[in-house]
Amino acid sequence: MEKLARAHVLVCGGTGCSSSGSKIIIPALREKLQAKGMEDEVRVVETGCHGLCEMGPLVIVYPEGVFYVRVKPEDVDEIVETHLVKGRTITRLLYREATTLETVPGYDKIAFYKKQKRYALANCGHINPESLEEYIGADGYEGLAKALDMTPEAVIEEIKASGLRGRGGGGFPTGLKWQFTRAASGDKKYVICNADEGDPGAFMDRSVLEGDPHRIIEGMAVCGYAIGSDEGYIYCRAEYPLAIKRLRNAIAQAREAGLLGEGILSGKFNFDLHIKEGAGAFVCGEETALMASIEGRRGMPRPRPPFPANSGLWGKPTNINNVETFANVPSIMRDGAGYFASQGTETSKGTKVFALTGKINNTGLAEVPMGITMREIIYEIGGGISDGRNFKAVQIGGPSGGCLPESLLDLPIDYESLTRAGAMMGSGGLVVMDETTCMVDVARYFLNFTQDESCGKCTPCREGTKRMLEILNRICEGMGKEEDIPLLENLAKSIKGASLCALGQTAPNPVLSTLSFFRDEYEAHIREHRCPAGACAALIGYTITDKCRGCGLCKKACPAGAISGETKNVHVIDKKTCVRCGECQAKCPFNAIDKS
Amino acid sequence: MNIKNLADLRRIKEQVKSETSSRRENETQIIVGMGTCGIAAGARAVMMAVLDEVTKRSLRNVSVMQTGCIGMCQKEPLVDVVRPGEPRITYGNVKPEDIPRIVSDHLVNGRVVSDLVVARL
Ligand SMILES: Cc1cc2nc3c(=O)[nH]c(=O)nc-3n(C[C@H](O)[C@H](O)[C@H](O)COP(=O)(O)O)c2cc1C
Repeated sequence: MEKLARAHVLVCGGTGCSSSGSKIIIPALREKLQAKGMEDEVRVVETGCHGLCEMGPLVIVYPEGVFYVRVKPEDVDEIVETHLVKGRTITRLLYREATTLETVPGYDKIAFYKKQKRYALANCGHINPESLEEYIGADGYEGLAKALDMTPEAVIEEIKASGLRGRGGGGFPTGLKWQFTRAASGDKKYVICNADEGDPGAFMDRSVLEGDPHRIIEGMAVCGYAIGSDEGYIYCRAEYPLAIKRLRNAIAQAREAGLLGEGILSGKFNFDLHIKEGAGAFVCGEETALMASIEGRRGMPRPRPPFPANSGLWGKPTNINNVETFANVPSIMRDGAGYFASQGTETSKGTKVFALTGKINNTGLAEVPMGITMREIIYEIGGGISDGRNFKAVQIGGPSGGCLPESLLDLPIDYESLTRAGAMMGSGGLVVMDETTCMVDVARYFLNFTQDESCGKCTPCREGTKRMLEILNRICEGMGKEEDIPLLENLAKSIKGASLCALGQTAPNPVLSTLSFFRDEYEAHIREHRCPAGACAALIGYTITDKCRGCGLCKKACPAGAISGETKNVHVIDKKTCVRCGECQAKCPFNAIDKS
Repeated sequence: MNIKNLADLRRIKEQVKSETSSRRENETQIIVGMGTCGIAAGARAVMMAVLDEVTKRSLRNVSVMQTGCIGMCQKEPLVDVVRPGEPRITYGNVKPEDIPRIVSDHLVNGRVVSDLVVARL
């Protein structure tokens, strides 16, 4: 028997922590432990994402559960000598709360984790994603075993009873979708996992695939059994190489163990999986475009009906769900629908994973019960706004979503409440903005994205988004006209009503929601040629006040050569040559440069 | 590995759970003094003996931990046993050969090994 390791050192190997250096820390730790002859005593485990990516690379030392952040290769010696040999915690590497600045030793005591309910992410960061045994050790594949002992109809009833709804954006009831696909006639049926994850800034699905790939395989197999399918596809963007590698590894392990393939768990159920790599077009996340892409055709949506449940991949009945949707299935099957259904609100059950980004202290991934307020997410989990600035808005739902202002921070979040507020749940991207963000510019950013990603098949989306973008561009440049606002609203209405797929139908949302909550910013740009947030380069200018001591630092910093003046005399900025980059203001030691 | 049924899954699960028991802080603990004094007095061999014994007995809900110098350097190697709801017992001048007794009598069965005790907290 392998000797019990008294300590386990978990190092995050997710994409975030890998890029901040965990790839070097793991071999360094192993080497140091070997040099000390402690390699049998202490086990180093590479895990998936813990969500607190801002603080990476993360290293957690068990049994104490001490949580070290921003660990550098130079810290490895001390972790081994001081912590692992002598049992002393290294205070300088501990996490410090953004709000109180206090150090917190234990994982479970950190505010970022306290409010979370990790259900879909339960294993992420806690098991080795390349080990089937560790997944089984965390109750893995018990949900599938239980499902195979039930009738397919009973499995569908269980999913329906849980209240699970699609996490890919639409929020369609998952059990009902499975029922439709089961009821569709056809000898061949398919299961597809949508791992395209195209929303800018979103990385929920990637973290699950990287940190707990067997969970997706198990969820898809349960679905296959329920709908009567023996074959599935995971459609994953090629920009997720680590996710694809871990999935391939997990699929091979599952096949070898008899958890995929013929006669799963020595019964009569057969099911196998393929991975299809996508090229990363946003529109390929739309289900009909996605299926066209798997078939080898250009990824363009087609009108529905027929829905995939009746005519999907190669014209066969197909059930397509998002990664996070499938990630919830194994535990629902294992524990029964009760726990899941007890979480959340009347219409939206369970938990949702959000990717927190923007002007917030703890950027990262957080899984919270539905019905939590935006204020709790931003201030308690996210640690508040960074650099001591003030909150202005939070964008939710990605390019199809909208911006919520301060007055809606206490809204309990669920599918319906967000839609009513003019935003949407989407896939769970949350971008927090502070007072230095211009809301017209934000709308322009998202519209630029959808315009770029429009596949061009239908005119309202292809042409309409382009015209809207032109208008937003001219407003940001100070050349907006009074009639631009009604024109935007008019175009938005046509595009929403006439586009072929949800890409176009939702593309105007960021404009409409900023118009409804931040109309005054649009008006200031148009009427006063002023950007209240001071963000639109064309509308701001810099002037040097008489506080200037003539040190010349600004002159040196200016990339455009727009500043002139003699040493020890007040300098001046030439408005025509100035490119409004703000470098001079950043360099001035006397606070003598004003932005207006 | 071929997994045929739920029983197979449960068996693997139990095995993994015991291998990963050190990812929890358990209420029952055995703690070896690993300050400079402890190491000089032979604490590493004692630690290895503890790990061997805990592995041999497949003790699942025990944390093996280490601590620094507590000021009783002449009594090193020191080993503490903590059981929920009972006083913490410190054993002194512990040799690797003493470990099976400390583990089986005290850690598992709750009977303190009186001849080695140097302190009760
Ligand atoms: C433009 C566009 C992009 C989409 N991108 C994704 C995506 O990246 N991931 C995803 O799961 N669903 C995406 N969807 C939604 C899918 O069409 C589909 O509704 C979803 O995969 C169904 O799974 P669910 O019921 O589990 O949410 C997108 C839809 C549109 C219109």
